[in-house]
Amino acid sequence: MADLTSNFVGIKSPNPFWLASAPPTDKEYNVRRAFEAGWGGVVWKTLGSEGPPVVNVNGPRYGVVHGADRRVLGLNNIELITDRDLYKNLDEIKRVKIDYPDRAIIVSLMVPCEEEAWKAILPLVEETGADGIELNFGCPHGMAERGMGAAVGQVPEYIEMVTRWCKQYYSKPVIVKLTPNITDVRQPAAAAQAGGADAVSLINTINSIISVDLDVMAPNPTIDGKGTHGGYCGPAVKPIAMNMVAEIARDPETSGLPISGIGGITNWRDAAEYMVLGCGNVQVCTAAMTYGFKIVEEMISGLSQWMDEKGHTSIDDFVGRAVPNVTDWQYLNLNYVSKASINQDDCINCGRCYAACEDTSHQAIAMTKDREFSVIDSECVACNLCVEVCPVENCITMVQQEPGMVDARTNKVVEKEHGDWTTHPNNPSVFAAE
Amino acid sequence: MNHSTSTAGIVSGRLNANALVENFDDLHAPLSKHEALVASDRCYFCHDAPCMTACPTSIDIPLFIRQISTGTAEASAKTIFSQNILGGMCARVCPTETLCEEVCVREVSEGKPVEIGRLQRFATDRLMSQNIHPFVRANNTDKKIAIIGSGPAGLACAHKLATYGHDVTIFEARKKGGGLNEFGIATYKSINDFAQKELDWLLSIGGIKVEYDKAIGKDISLSQVQSDYDAVFIGMGLSGVNALRCEGENMANVDDAVTFISDLRQTENLSKVQVGRNIVVIGGGMTAVDAAVQSKLLGAQNVSLVYRRGKENMSASVYEQELATSKGVRIIYNAQPLKVLVNGSGLDVEFGYTETINGKLEQTGEKFNINADQVFKAIGQNLSGASEILTLSGGKIQIDENGCTSVPNVWAGGDCATGGDDLTVTAVAEGRDAAININTMLLS
Repeated sequence: MADLTSNFVGIKSPNPFWLASAPPTDKEYNVRRAFEAGWGGVVWKTLGSEGPPVVNVNGPRYGVVHGADRRVLGLNNIELITDRDLYKNLDEIKRVKIDYPDRAIIVSLMVPCEEEAWKAILPLVEETGADGIELNFGCPHGMAERGMGAAVGQVPEYIEMVTRWCKQYYSKPVIVKLTPNITDVRQPAAAAQAGGADAVSLINTINSIISVDLDVMAPNPTIDGKGTHGGYCGPAVKPIAMNMVAEIARDPETSGLPISGIGGITNWRDAAEYMVLGCGNVQVCTAAMTYGFKIVEEMISGLSQWMDEKGHTSIDDFVGRAVPNVTDWQYLNLNYVSKASINQDDCINCGRCYAACEDTSHQAIAMTKDREFSVIDSECVACNLCVEVCPVENCITMVQQEPGMVDARTNKVVEKEHGDWTTHPNNPSVFAAE
Repeated sequence: MNHSTSTAGIVSGRLNANALVENFDDLHAPLSKHEALVASDRCYFCHDAPCMTACPTSIDIPLFIRQISTGTAEASAKTIFSQNILGGMCARVCPTETLCEEVCVREVSEGKPVEIGRLQRFATDRLMSQNIHPFVRANNTDKKIAIIGSGPAGLACAHKLATYGHDVTIFEARKKGGGLNEFGIATYKSINDFAQKELDWLLSIGGIKVEYDKAIGKDISLSQVQSDYDAVFIGMGLSGVNALRCEGENMANVDDAVTFISDLRQTENLSKVQVGRNIVVIGGGMTAVDAAVQSKLLGAQNVSLVYRRGKENMSASVYEQELATSKGVRIIYNAQPLKVLVNGSGLDVEFGYTETINGKLEQTGEKFNINADQVFKAIGQNLSGASEILTLSGGKIQIDENGCTSVPNVWAGGDCATGGDDLTVTAVAEGRDAAININTMLLS
């Protein structure tokens, strides 16, 4: 049986599944129940400075992109940081930590970008006995307008400065949560690293208008006839988040910086994908908000089964294993040739591959009167569209053309040696260098 | 007086009123909006979709399902009606299991087709319940067309012609329109007077006049309408009933299944409809199944459906056969009626077992009797009252691929004419296509 124990920058938890800083980790009641359900850790919903708490809207806070059967594919929210009193939160954190010493409790923080503000709150957090802090530099709405959240996260110099203060006034690990609402995520990551961050976590939510109410003529969720952008999360953002994770993991400057992966993690497989891209653990929110805390049981059993099947005995066995295989386009092997192949036994004759290829790609699928579909090798560029639109998994596959075979499309012999754009004759810079 | 399923003889009220209402409720409950969204999502939007090819009226099924899935059931209904103006009824009565749903790629791959029939009903119900008629009549052409019969073929033809701006007069032999939709379909397939509502909705296009109680060959003659109108379409159906050709078939309580079905449809009160304790239905088509199932639903204790050939030869689909057996009907294959005898206050039907030898149906010599209070004949209908100036073929009015009969300016379609299956949807297609041809001929 695989060991799921996680040690993330010295913070131990029985499994790598943490609940992200969000409504599910808003208070003692929820967090206790989450721990009882089996979550390895929580990042407590973001605390602000002492004084009157922020207020939330009193209309709808969430909007959703639904898939079939109202499956939640994407969620956005316009909720702010905690609207509960700072000391109430701190008392609760302290109590819960005492009762759950084996679980990770991280405190998310967002205070003004002034040294005094951080200097004031950090000792209070230290006193709770929590295992670390996460700096909320990502929240894209409501707080950014007040010079906090994403407003800090979008300026690397601020990130570095605030991180440094935190390392100065707080003794435990500091995780910097990054906003995706920037052009190059490696810069804020590098800034966090320069400020002494123990880890980064990403992504926070993406600026979004989830949908528009065509009757009211306003974005959803609509408050008294108006809407505002929110923060987008859920399964739909996973591809964007994983790319950002991989960018940090493979950049020479930031590689090795521990990463806590966030963004649409819904099941064990999503978690495993983030982790092989370099995340030491993962944080979950939307899936819990959709299905409740119980989903962690599936995550634990699924990851455990997969690890057993693959012979991974611990988390460290596979964290970052896919990073070396994430490369730039220019290094992809142009001499690798494949062709689509349709398994006639599995084909259900729907013709979606034909419609997609004929109308929008390379006219490389033939259709007979009897609705038999086959690939025309002399036209197939192996784009994979037919594979992806086919409703039957593995009915259409990409078959590698072995070296020595003739590519029916180009009439060229498939070469054995690697050949990429950096050495390709069509690349102007190849000759410019000579 | 309370009767039960085991009361001897032919009586009404074998089941209480609530049970009857429940028994004759919608065979397939309509889809809710959410169910429709989930069901529509299963459609793969196939290229050159097989379902569309299988539909006699060639409804663009992938498109109408996609329109449902995007929340525009009204546009979806228009897609359906543009090919099949009786899309509402067809959604209820089409044997989809042998048409569109049989060839659905999900039926082929998973044994579970997209629920095309129910989705079609969802869309058409949605539009019709708002009393929206999605077509407008073109400017009047001053062309007059007579239509014989207001069944599916006649109505489809009339509606199409009306959209072109022609003036249409329908001559209907009965007091009520709709043809088999009104008189020939099991009650639980068309509840709440749907056929009449659909008829009214269809006629709201304008330009169509219906003259009831006008039977061709009796109240009006074909040669008269032929000279009074620019074109004539005959969709008179098959009003004769085939004989059993066995001894005793004219005895009391040996009845036509179509009459039983029709009486059931027209009744105001199911508690007043009489049915025997023991029923024998003879035949192998949809009419036989409808009569057998409804006898059972009325509370008959024993219903036997006897068909002279094997299960695979039965024109009622496997689905219909299973429906019958699920309601408690006993189906006996390979048996032919030899004679009907009196047995006390009831009847006995003597059957002989059959087998098919070299494609020929033969008696095996083995016999058996079934006791019956009522015997329903459902071995097919025949053309009755067609003008002798029309050329017939195989007992039906001969038509060419455009629906033209042997007589100039006279078209025909539906069950009375050659070609096609005797289905509502086929009749609609034939009526519609004849209208297109009539329009072309009139304007050329």
